[in-house]
Amino acid sequence: MTYQPPAPDGPPAPPAPPVPALSLRGLAKRFGDKIAVDGIALDVPAGSFYGVVGPNGAGKTTTLSMATGLLRPDFGTALVHGVDVWQEPLRAKKLMGILPDGVRLFDRLSGTQLVTYAGLLRGMDKDVVTSRVRELLAALDLTQDAGTLVVDYSAGMTKKIALASALIHAPRLLVLDEPFESVDPVSAANIRDILDRYVASGGTVIVSSHVMDLVQRMCDHVAVVAGGRVLAAGTVEEVRAGVSLEDRFVQLVGGRSQAEGLEWLRTF
Amino acid sequence: MVAHLLRLKVTLLRNSVRRNPWQLVGLGIGALYALGVVGLCVVGLLLLRGQDVALAQTVVVLGGAAALLGWAVIPVAASAADLTLDPARFTTFAVPTPQLLAGLALGGLIGIPGAATALVALATVGTFSRSIPATAAALVGAVLGVLTCIVLSRVVTTATAGLASSRRFKDVSAVAFLIPLVLMGPIIGTVARGIAGSQDFLTELASTLSWTPAGAAFSLGGDVAAGNPGAAAVKFVVALATLAGLALCWKIMLQRALVTPPYVGTSRKRAGGLGLFGVFPATPTGAVAARSLSYWLRDPRYAGALVVVPLLPVLMLFQGSQSGFYGPFQFVGPVTAFLLAWSISSDVSYDSTAFALHVSTGVRGLHDRLGRAVACLSFALPVVLLFSIGPFFFTGGWDRLPAVLGLALGVLFTGLGLASVVSARYTVNVPLPGDSPFKKPPGNVAQTLAVQFGGMGVLMVLVAPELALVAAQFITGSSVPGWITLVLGPVLGVALFVVGVRVGGAWLDRRAPELLAQLAVDR
Repeated sequence: MTYQPPAPDGPPAPPAPPVPALSLRGLAKRFGDKIAVDGIALDVPAGSFYGVVGPNGAGKTTTLSMATGLLRPDFGTALVHGVDVWQEPLRAKKLMGILPDGVRLFDRLSGTQLVTYAGLLRGMDKDVVTSRVRELLAALDLTQDAGTLVVDYSAGMTKKIALASALIHAPRLLVLDEPFESVDPVSAANIRDILDRYVASGGTVIVSSHVMDLVQRMCDHVAVVAGGRVLAAGTVEEVRAGVSLEDRFVQLVGGRSQAEGLEWLRTF
Repeated sequence: MVAHLLRLKVTLLRNSVRRNPWQLVGLGIGALYALGVVGLCVVGLLLLRGQDVALAQTVVVLGGAAALLGWAVIPVAASAADLTLDPARFTTFAVPTPQLLAGLALGGLIGIPGAATALVALATVGTFSRSIPATAAALVGAVLGVLTCIVLSRVVTTATAGLASSRRFKDVSAVAFLIPLVLMGPIIGTVARGIAGSQDFLTELASTLSWTPAGAAFSLGGDVAAGNPGAAAVKFVVALATLAGLALCWKIMLQRALVTPPYVGTSRKRAGGLGLFGVFPATPTGAVAARSLSYWLRDPRYAGALVVVPLLPVLMLFQGSQSGFYGPFQFVGPVTAFLLAWSISSDVSYDSTAFALHVSTGVRGLHDRLGRAVACLSFALPVVLLFSIGPFFFTGGWDRLPAVLGLALGVLFTGLGLASVVSARYTVNVPLPGDSPFKKPPGNVAQTLAVQFGGMGVLMVLVAPELALVAAQFITGSSVPGWITLVLGPVLGVALFVVGVRVGGAWLDRRAPELLAQLAVDR
C-alpha cells in the first residue's frame, strides 16, 4: 500500500499540478425519466480521505458506480490517477479497490474463499494471496469465521468480508460505498485505523455515508451531493464554514420540516 | 378486523401485479393451469353423482385426505410457504388473536391453491346432491374440510418455521423435493397398476380414513346419502374436533412464535480451507472454475440439476420397459449432454449482482467464459461418456455406439460454446440466490422464453451435421456414417466451443457493465 509519486516526465521544468486520484467531469446518468446524476464534476486529491455525503436518493451510489466502471455513464469522463475508467478499464481497475453497496456477494463461498477469489481474479500470485488473506481476516476480526459460508454471516461481517475483497490487491484508490453500515463499533474503529494508516502512507479513500458526525471526524475532504449535483466540495473546514457539518449539510440540502403540527403527539 | 385482513391480502396481490405486468402473465398462466386441473376434478365429481354412493364416497374421502396431505407437506418441502400474511408482521399491531387467526385462515383462500381447493371441495356437494339432507351434509363437510386444510398448513408451517428458516434445511429439502417430482411418471404408473389390482383395498382404506381426522369431513355427504345419519353425526363431531384442535394448536404456537422469533442456530466454526480453490490452478480461469464448481455442489439451484441427471437413465429405462422399445434409452447420453451444457446458459443470471465482483476486478471475458465452461465440463464429460456407453450393455446393438458417442460429444461441446455466448449477452429469469429453486421471481418472461427457445433452435442448427449422420446410419443401417460422426462430433464441437468462448469473452469485455445493469433490474 505504499504510494509511488508519479514519475516526472521530461526535464524538471515547471512542476506539473499533481494528478488527482479521481477526477470526474460532467458525469450524468438518466434512468428512464429520472435524472439520477446531473453533470457531476469532482476532483479527489491523491492522499486524501474524502467523504461524499448526501440525502437518500442523491445519486451517491450511481456516481460512485460510474466512477468505478460498474455503470456506464450517459455523459462525462472519470479519470483514476489520470487513467480513463471507460477508455482503459483494465488499467483503471487495477488501481482501484471497490466496496459497492447493494450488490450481492458470491455468498456460498467461505470467507477465505471469497477473498482468495477476489485476489485470483485479479491475476495475483497464489502465495501472496494466501498470506494477505490471512492478514486481512485477522485485521478485520474474521479469523474465527474464515471457514463459514458468507451466506451465514451477519450484515456487519458481510460488509467486512467485502472490504477485505476490495483491499486484497493493495489499490492506490479505495472507493467505499456505505462501509460502516451495520458494522459494530469495535470493528468500525478497527476499519478506521486501517484506513487512517492507508491514507497516511499515501493511499486515497473515498467513502459515502449518511453519518455526518463520522465524516467530520474521519475525513479531511468532503463533497455534499443532492439531486444529482455537487452542492459544495473542498476540505471539511472549508465546507462546514465554522458550523458543524451536520448543520451545514441541512442548510445546503434544505428540506427540514418545521416542527409545527403533530400537537396531538404531546397530548398522550 | 377480519375484513381488513382480507382486504390487505387482496391489495398485496393486486399491487404485486401492478408493479410488474409480467407477473400478471405469470399469475394468468398459473390460473389457467389450475383452472384446467380444477375443471377436470369438478367434471369428474359431478359425473360421480350418477354413480354408486360407495364408489363416490371412496373417491371423495381419498381425494380429501390427499388434499390434506398436500397442504401439510408441500409448503414446507418446497420452501414455498405463502408469507404475504406472515403473522410475524403483525407483532407490533395489537390485533386480537381470534380475529387474527380468522383473518389469516380466510386469507389462505385468496390465491390460486386456496381458491382451487375450495372450488373442488364445493363440487363434492354436487356429487352428493341426491337429497336435501345429503346436500347440506356435504356442504358442511366441504367447508370443514377446506378450513382444516388451511389451518393444518398454517400449523405445519408455524411449527417448522425455525427449521425451515435454517439455510441448510432449505437447501436440502428443495433439492430432495425434486426427486419425487422427476420420477412422477414412473411413480404414478406403478401406483395406478397397483390400484387397478386392488379396488377392495382402496374401499377399505377410505372407509377407515373416514373415521379419522384425515377423512371425516369429506365423508359427511356420502354417509348421509347412503342412509347412515348416525355415522355421519359421529364423523361430524370428529371433523369439528379436528378443526378445533388444530386451531387451538395454531393459536398456542402463534402466540409463542410472536414473542420468540425463530432462532437460526449458529453454524459450526471451521478453519478456512481453500477447498476447490486449492485444486484448480491459481489463475483467473482456474479461480472462476473453482468458484463455479463450488456452486454446482453448494447452491441448490445448481445442485437440483445435478440430482436430476442420475434420474434420467432411470426415467428412460422405465419408459423403455413400459413400451418395450429401448430406442430413446440409447440416446440418454446426448440428452444429458444437452441438459448439462445448456445449464450454464443462465450462469450469469444465477450470479445475480454478485457478478459485480467480476466487473470490478476487471477479469478478462475469455477467462470468465472458459472458467465456467471448464467447471461444467469437469463432471459433464465423464457423465456423458458413461451415459453414452452404459445403455449399450443393456440393449446391445453396439454398431450404433460410435454415432451416439459422436453426437453426445458434439452436443456437449457445441452446447457449452453456445451457452458461453448466450450468457454473456442475455439475462434470463431465474430464482434469486438463496431462494427456493421453484420460486421464479417475476421478470422478463418474454426475453427468458425467447433466449431459451431461440438458443435451443440455434443449437439444433449447429449440431445438424451430427444429427444428419446419425439419421443416415439409422435409415441405411450402414456403420460408416456412425464412424464419421465419432470423428466429426468432437472436432466440430471443440471448434465451435473455442469460437463460442472467444465470442462470448469479447462480448463480455465490451458489455460487462450493461450486463450488470440488467442483472440489477432483474434482481
